[in-house]
Amino acid sequence: MDVMTGAAAAASGGLAGSPGEPIPALVLEGVSKSYGGVVAADSLRLEAALGELLTLIGPSGCGKSTTLRLVAGLERPDEGTIRIAGEVVSGHRQWQPPERRRVGLVFQDHALFPHLSVGNNVAFGLDKHSRADRTARVGEVLDMVRLSHLAARFPHELSGGEQQRVALARALAPKPAVVLLDEPFSGLDENLRAQVRADTVAVLRETGTTAMLVTHDQTEALSVGDRVVVMRNGVIEQADTPQQVFESPATRFVASFMGDADFLPAHVRDALLTCEIGVVSTVPGWGHCDVDVDVVLRPHEVAIAVDPSSPARVVAVEYHGAFVLHTVMLGSGQTLRSWQPHSVRHPIDTRVAVTVVPGITPTLLVGDEAVTSPPPPRP
Amino acid sequence: MTQPVVLDRGTKQPARPRLGTGSGRPAWSLLILVIAILVATPVLAVVVDGLTQADATNLPRGIGAMVLTTLVLMIGVGVGTLVIGCGLAWLVTAYRFPLRDILVWLLVLPLAMPAYILGFVFLSTFDVAGPVQTGLRSVFGAEVWFPEVRSLPGAIVVMSLTLYPYVYLLTRAALAEQAPETYDAARTLGAGRSRAFRRVLLPLARPSLAAGLALVMMETLTDFATVQYFNVQTVSVGVYLVWKGTFNFHSATQLSVLVLMFAVAVLAGERLMRGRARYHQKGGRGQGLQQERLTGWRGWGATSLCVAALGAGFVVPVAQLLIWAIGDAISDPAGVWDPRFADYLANSLVVALIAAAACVMLSLLMGHGLRMGGGRFVRAAAQLTTFGYAVPGAVVGIGVLLAFASLDSALRAIGVEGGTGLLVTGSVLGILYAYVVRFLAPAYQAVDASFSKVSPTMTLSAMSLGAKPIRILRRVHLPLVRPGVAVALVLVMIDAVKELPIVLMLRPIGFTTVSVWVYQLANENFWQRAALPALVIVAVAVVPVFFLFRQVQLVDTHRTVD
Repeated sequence: MDVMTGAAAAASGGLAGSPGEPIPALVLEGVSKSYGGVVAADSLRLEAALGELLTLIGPSGCGKSTTLRLVAGLERPDEGTIRIAGEVVSGHRQWQPPERRRVGLVFQDHALFPHLSVGNNVAFGLDKHSRADRTARVGEVLDMVRLSHLAARFPHELSGGEQQRVALARALAPKPAVVLLDEPFSGLDENLRAQVRADTVAVLRETGTTAMLVTHDQTEALSVGDRVVVMRNGVIEQADTPQQVFESPATRFVASFMGDADFLPAHVRDALLTCEIGVVSTVPGWGHCDVDVDVVLRPHEVAIAVDPSSPARVVAVEYHGAFVLHTVMLGSGQTLRSWQPHSVRHPIDTRVAVTVVPGITPTLLVGDEAVTSPPPPRP
Repeated sequence: MTQPVVLDRGTKQPARPRLGTGSGRPAWSLLILVIAILVATPVLAVVVDGLTQADATNLPRGIGAMVLTTLVLMIGVGVGTLVIGCGLAWLVTAYRFPLRDILVWLLVLPLAMPAYILGFVFLSTFDVAGPVQTGLRSVFGAEVWFPEVRSLPGAIVVMSLTLYPYVYLLTRAALAEQAPETYDAARTLGAGRSRAFRRVLLPLARPSLAAGLALVMMETLTDFATVQYFNVQTVSVGVYLVWKGTFNFHSATQLSVLVLMFAVAVLAGERLMRGRARYHQKGGRGQGLQQERLTGWRGWGATSLCVAALGAGFVVPVAQLLIWAIGDAISDPAGVWDPRFADYLANSLVVALIAAAACVMLSLLMGHGLRMGGGRFVRAAAQLTTFGYAVPGAVVGIGVLLAFASLDSALRAIGVEGGTGLLVTGSVLGILYAYVVRFLAPAYQAVDASFSKVSPTMTLSAMSLGAKPIRILRRVHLPLVRPGVAVALVLVMIDAVKELPIVLMLRPIGFTTVSVWVYQLANENFWQRAALPALVIVAVAVVPVFFLFRQVQLVDTHRTVD
């Protein structure tokens, strides 16, 4: 059996298309784009089902904004095909300009037209409708975002959260096949953000809108998305449910980028995973193996207990309120981090025994890729 | 003059998302290219024609002296404006003295005084027949020595007095924009006020100084009438004289290439002086340069220095013009309202209005076209259209004539009898074309400045809402760049009303504008007659200076607020 990497599994698993299934709202097939010599998008394959909410995350320059711009038609891909609601909008010798794609855009700066009232902003995309239809639809979407009473106001008379909702209403008014949101909440105050985010997601869910949300906030990506798409260097590293991305990261990068993670060299023999802190877990099905791996340990999976005879000691303690983060240096010099309840606070240099919280099946890495099945036996 | 726009120099636009490469609209990109070609054609025609005539015999005699004169004039005016402009800027920035708060913005006023108007007032006052020399002779006898007024130094003085505000404005803006901590740091390191100014503030202001000086030198190079009053033969005037004297394209274009070399040298000099320095400091907290109060005779001394510059550059000449205009009206009441005056004024305004409308429309199309996509090449093409402003009017004039001549011969070649006929008679169309070539730059810069305040996400949102380019232009861009459009209209109109050599070269017989009229009357020493139209031009030119007042006051409050 071949080594099946998590990234490959995630990528190939995403592409369906058998007849009879509903047409996906958005499909990217082998889409690439480079600027000069820099590859911003490298054979992207991605599919968003009807009504699905994808979050796109990665470090700056990873290509998440480029992906959004490619879908919106603000960039022309070098190769690959993009389909929106079954229609090819970008492909070999095919090209639809942004105004002909059924794509709604919501920007961080909201980009409301300052010279138009809220109502006219929302009506902007409805110019092909009759006057009566237009008025009705404007009222409908403004109701949806609970801003009907502000239709006559101008954008500068609204709060940041209200502006954001108008931007969403405006994007939804022409009933787009997919709505793209480019870091829509990062311009808002910390305390306002959670509320606006909840409202936005609620509206998207209510209307059954397919949406792709670009963010740089890991918590946001995990909590909002049906699926999380993690990108790096123009490549989709993993596209999976939030649980999968967090609990079974496909690559070393995803593991460290989506939440805190430490890596320990480990070894699997006779279906037992052992590393410096001892036996971590059993690995069923790996009975015949004898391989070196890295084990991914997140701070909440690491338990510590005072043990004067242990070679490991606490080297740093950070108070985070509800939890206290302890950094522990093992005998080998490797460090691990461990979340402890706020009442637990071991002084620096305390000797501690380090174990893994029971019931955990940690992710194993060979090289930079996660392995989900045992490697072939050595010859 | 591009006063309000000038102040935008050096402010870097923030990085912003834009339409990507390859997503552009070919039609809009093509439109920008066509505009760029249209604007570049006359200048290119001059360069090509000038360079392909290999024999040097076409250059007029005395060319060496002409080049030397131009050089001395430009350097002289550069030094003059640097001393006056920088000195006054330091005075009003570092000190408090009587009337300082009013003088700080009044000192910009001489910009509204075209050099050719100050020139003839200056001549009438100081020349042999003027009141100063007459007075001296009556006191000291006929043998009293007085420097030759109609001379290179005379021209340098007059032009320095009208052009110093460029340096003054940019220096002040630079001093005000510097982060206060820089000055504080210098002071805590033991530098005194003037040492901190010389060693820290002034070097930091160098890019602005370079920009100011470049503007001054460009205006000097472009000047047409002032230098003629003072019998100073510069290369720009040479182009006009050679053309009017011989109607020989080749000698005119060769000389024009020489003028263009001066212009390029000024631009290159600015780059060089600016160096790799990118002194962009943002706000920051700190004390900065605190104003020191000058009291007693030192205070009034500072006041009188400012008043002297203001008086010589604006107040006294305006007063003199008023006296002449009123005197003329009293002595010859019927003659004041010369029926031709209304005619010329209408000519000036109509031509200026059409030129301004054309420039603004092209600027809008270019700004919008860039928003619709377009790559680096298209962007460069749009930038190319702003070079016309650095080309003196006489050269643009020759270029337009040359372009029309080629068009004529091309038309004749395909069998159109007599071609367009534009060349033979001269034409208002030619004047308008030359105006567009020369004044598209200030219009485009003003409109572009407004466009840069419109977030690209606005354009992208409009697109994603299904709006086609034309609808975006009409419903989104046009309403949002309206302020820039207004500024552009005003700037081009004013420049067009003042413009002289282009009209002189390209006008049809019997077509006269106010500026040409002033020039002709002054040239024939009809000072009184010239006074009223001159005042009209000054009044028109004051308009953009009011834009500047606001700018100066902003800078000033920013600095003096405690």
